[in-house]
Amino acid sequence: MSATAVGTRSGLRVPGWAAPAGIAVLFVAGYLVFRGAGTLPHDDDAPQFLAITDLREWVDDNKNASPVFLYFINYIRLFVGAIFVALQSALHGLGWPGLIGLMAGLGWLAGGWRIGLLGAAGFASFGVLGVWESSVDTLALVGTAVLLSLVIGLPLGVWAGRSPRLRRALNPVLDIMQIMPTFAYLAPMVLFFQIGAPAGAIATMIYAIPPAIRITALAIEQVSPVAVEASASLGATSWQTLRKVHLPLARSTMTLAVNQTIMMALSMVVIANLISAPGLGSDIIRGLSRQNVGIMLPAGLAIVVMAVVLDRTTMAAAHRRAHERTARWRWPVAAGLVAGGVALTYALPPAFPGQWVLPMGGPVNDAVRWAEVNWYDATEAIKNVTSEALLNPLQGLLTSAPWWLVAAAVLLLAWWSSGIRPALTALGCLLAIALLGLWEHSMVTLTMVVVAVLAVLVIGLVLGVAAARSARYSAVQRPLLDAAQTMPSFVYLLPALALFGPTKFTAIFASVIYAAPPVIRLVEQGIRAVPHPVVEAALSAGSTPGQLLRKVQLPMARQAILLAANQGIVLTLAMVVLGALVGGGALGYDVVSGFSQRTDFGMGFAAGVAIVLLGIMLDRITQGADRRSSPHQRNSV
Amino acid sequence: MKIRLLAGLLVLGLAAGCGGAKVEDTPGSAAPQASSGASAGGTVKIAINPWVGYEASANVVAYLLKNELGYTVELPEIKEQLAWEGFETGDVDVIIENWGHPDLKQKFIDEKKVAQVAGSTGNKGVIGWYIPKWMADKHPGITDYKNLNKYAHLFKTSESGDKGQLLFGDPSYVSNEDALIKNLKLDLKVVTGGSEAALIKGAQQAQEQQKPLLFYFWDPHWLFSKTELVRVNLPPYTEGCDADPKKVACDYAEMDLDKIVSTKFAQTGGKAYELVKNFSWTNEDQNAVADDMTNNGMTGEQAAKKWVEANTATWQAWIPK
Repeated sequence: MSATAVGTRSGLRVPGWAAPAGIAVLFVAGYLVFRGAGTLPHDDDAPQFLAITDLREWVDDNKNASPVFLYFINYIRLFVGAIFVALQSALHGLGWPGLIGLMAGLGWLAGGWRIGLLGAAGFASFGVLGVWESSVDTLALVGTAVLLSLVIGLPLGVWAGRSPRLRRALNPVLDIMQIMPTFAYLAPMVLFFQIGAPAGAIATMIYAIPPAIRITALAIEQVSPVAVEASASLGATSWQTLRKVHLPLARSTMTLAVNQTIMMALSMVVIANLISAPGLGSDIIRGLSRQNVGIMLPAGLAIVVMAVVLDRTTMAAAHRRAHERTARWRWPVAAGLVAGGVALTYALPPAFPGQWVLPMGGPVNDAVRWAEVNWYDATEAIKNVTSEALLNPLQGLLTSAPWWLVAAAVLLLAWWSSGIRPALTALGCLLAIALLGLWEHSMVTLTMVVVAVLAVLVIGLVLGVAAARSARYSAVQRPLLDAAQTMPSFVYLLPALALFGPTKFTAIFASVIYAAPPVIRLVEQGIRAVPHPVVEAALSAGSTPGQLLRKVQLPMARQAILLAANQGIVLTLAMVVLGALVGGGALGYDVVSGFSQRTDFGMGFAAGVAIVLLGIMLDRITQGADRRSSPHQRNSV
Repeated sequence: MKIRLLAGLLVLGLAAGCGGAKVEDTPGSAAPQASSGASAGGTVKIAINPWVGYEASANVVAYLLKNELGYTVELPEIKEQLAWEGFETGDVDVIIENWGHPDLKQKFIDEKKVAQVAGSTGNKGVIGWYIPKWMADKHPGITDYKNLNKYAHLFKTSESGDKGQLLFGDPSYVSNEDALIKNLKLDLKVVTGGSEAALIKGAQQAQEQQKPLLFYFWDPHWLFSKTELVRVNLPPYTEGCDADPKKVACDYAEMDLDKIVSTKFAQTGGKAYELVKNFSWTNEDQNAVADDMTNNGMTGEQAAKKWVEANTATWQAWIPK
C-alpha cells in the first residue's frame, strides 16, 4: 500500500480524528512556549491545609463541649459502637463451631447442601488460615455496616422507586458516592467520629449504601404497572399495595441489593483499618508495613473466602430454587446444623485448635524471596523501563505545563468526547483542585491513572476480543474473571508488592490487574453484541478476520468500549490511590500521611476531596458513552 | 425500624447520663456485657507501632502480662500519632515505646489529661541519616552534610527525578526531613519506602552490592550489628533547635524513650499498670528480641518467650509484688 493511499484514507476520517489532533498540536505548541511557567508547585504548608488542620484542632478541643457533638454526633458514635460490640460479642460468643454451624444452616436455607457446605468449609478455613479472631471482628464490622446500610438504604430505595422526584434528587449524590474512591471517606470520619470501630463502620456504611438504595429503587420501579393497577383498582391503599404487591414482587431483586451492599462493605472494611477499626485489615496493614507477604496472605485469602461465601449465599437466596423438592426438611435441617454447631462449642476448645492451623508464613515468604531473587532482573527491568520511558516523562510534562494549559486541554477534550455540560463540570473540578493547593500531586496521580488506563485498555481489548472470537477461550476465562471480580481491591496489592517492591509502578501494576476484568468483560460483550447479519455480510464480502475486527466489530462496539474505558478509569483511580500503601505516592500518600501525622491532617483531608474531584473529572471526560445507572458494575455482571 | 433506632438512641442517652455523650464514653459503658476495662485479669490493649524494636518490647510485656499475671492482651496495629487518640477513645491502653512527641504530650497529657507518662523504657533512641560504609570509604567528606550536594547525583533514582533520593520509612514516623532539606538547602528529595522493611532491604542491598543510598534510620536497631552503616553528620543538636518543626536545621536529639499509658489504665490497670511502669531494659535486650523476630523466623511471642526464659532476673524485678 502506498503512502498516498494511507494519506487519503486517514484524510477521509477527518471528523473523528481532527479534533483531538488539533488539541494535541495546540497543547504541544503551548507547552513548548510556556513550559515551566504558571505551574503550581506543591507546598506541604499551603494555607488551605493549615486552615483545615486548625479546624480539626478546633473540633478536637470542642467535641466534649459543643452541643452538636454532645447531643448528636457522639451519640451516633456510641450507637454504632454499641451495635458493633453487640454483634462482636454475639459472634465470638457462638464460638467457632457455633459460627460454622450457623453459616452452614444459613447456606442450606439459601441454596441447599452445596451452599451450606461452602459456608461451613469457608468459615472453617478462617481458622485453618490462622485468622479466626480477626475474621470474626471483620464479620462483625461488615455486619454492622450492612445492617445500617439496609436500615437506611432499603426504605430510601423503596421511596425513591415510587417517587421519580426523589430519585432525580438522589441520583447525582449516589453517582458521586460511587465514583468516590474508598480512601476519600476516611478523613471526615476521623474528624467527627475519632478512630476505632464506629468510625470504620460508618465509613463502610457510606461506601456500601448506594447499591442498597439504587437496586431497591430499580426493583420497585420494575414491578409491573399492571399488578399495581390491579391492586389499586381493588381498593388497596398505597401502603397495602407497597406491602402486598411491590415488596413481594421486588424481593428477588432486592436480595441482589443486599448482596451488592455486602460486597461493597467487604471491600471497604479492610481500608477502614487505617483508622484503627479491628479485623483482617489489621493483618494486611501489618504485612504491608513489614513488606511481609506471609502475614498478609492468610488475611487476604480469608477476605476472598468471606466474599465468595457471602456472595454465593445471598445470590442463592435471590434465586431460591434449591428447596423445591426438600421443602419439608428446610427448617429442621437448618436448625439441626446450628444446634449441632453450638453444642460442639461446649465440647471443643474455645479457641480454634492450633494444630489445625496451616502455617503459611514461612513457605510463602520463602516463595516470595525465591521470586525476588530469580525474577529480580526481569521485574526491575519492567519497572525501570516503564518508569523511565513512560511515567516520568508524562509526569514531567503534566507537572511542568502551565495549569491553564492543562485546564484548557481538559475542557476541549471533555467537550469533544462528552459535550459542553460535562466539559464545564470537568473544568470546574480541575480548578477546584488548583484552589485546594494540590495541583502538582493531582497531576502525578493523573499520570499514573493515564498510564494504568492505557495498559488496562490494551489488555481489555486483546483479551476481550480473544474471548469474543473463541467460545472455548471465553469459557476458560469466565470463571477467572468471576473470581477476580469477587475479590476486594486490597488483595491486589499483595502480588504487586511481592513482585515489584514499593514504587509508583507497583501501584500501577495493582490497579491494572484490578481494573482489567470488568473491562475485558465489557469489551467481550460489546463485540458479541454486534449483530450477526452485519458480521455475515462483511465475511461474505471477503473480509479477513483482521479486517472484520478493525472495520466492523470494533467500530460497532464503540459504545461498549467507551463504557469500558469509563469503568476502567473509575476503578483505576480508586486503586492507584490505594497504591499509596505500596509506594504509589501523590494524592493517596497525602491521605495516608494525613492519618499518620497530625500536622498533615489538613493536607490529607484536602487530598481526599481532590481525589473525588479528579474522579468526577475523569468520569465526565469519558462519559460520552451512554452511562449506565451505576459505575460500579464489578459484581453485578 | 426508625422508631427502634430512636429508642436505641434514647436508651443510650439515658445510660450515658443527661450531660450528653463525651468522646471518652465507650459503647462498653452502655452495654455492660461487653469487653470489660483493664481491671483485674481484664484486657490490656498495647498499640503496635510499625517498627520491629517497638514490637519486641510490646511482645515481651504482652508475654509477661499473659503468662505471669493472667491478663488478656490485644495488640492492635495503630500508628504512632493515631495511637495517642486511642487513649481518648479507649482503643489503646499503652504505648510501649514513645519517641518524644512533645506536642502530643502537651495535648493529651497536659490539656486533655487522658494520658500520662509511665517512666522510661531504658532504651536510648536516636534518629539520623545513614549511608552504607563503602560510600564513606570511597567518597571522603560525604558524611558532612555540607558536602551532600556535591554527591547528590549519586543518590538519584527513578523515583526521585533530578534530585538525590533520601529514602524514608513508614509515613507515620517522626520526621524533620522536609524541613531539613529545605533549611539546609540540599538537593535531595524524600522518597517514602513505606516501611521499615523497605529501609532494611535498601540498606542491605546498598552495602552488599555497593549501590549508593542515603536513608533515614534509627538506633536501637539490630541492623547495625549485621550491616556496616555510617551516620551523616547534620548540624549538631542543641537544646531547642527543633522547637519549631518548620525551622529545624539540626540533627535529631538522642531521646530517652518512654512509655505512655491512658489515665484510665493508670487508675484501674492494677498489676498490669505496675508491670508496664516497671518495664525497663537495654538496647541490647531489645535488639536481641527484634533480631529473632526478623531474622530467625520467630513470631513475636516465640521471641519474647526465648528472651524471658534467658533473662529471668531482669523481668522478675518488673513483676509487681
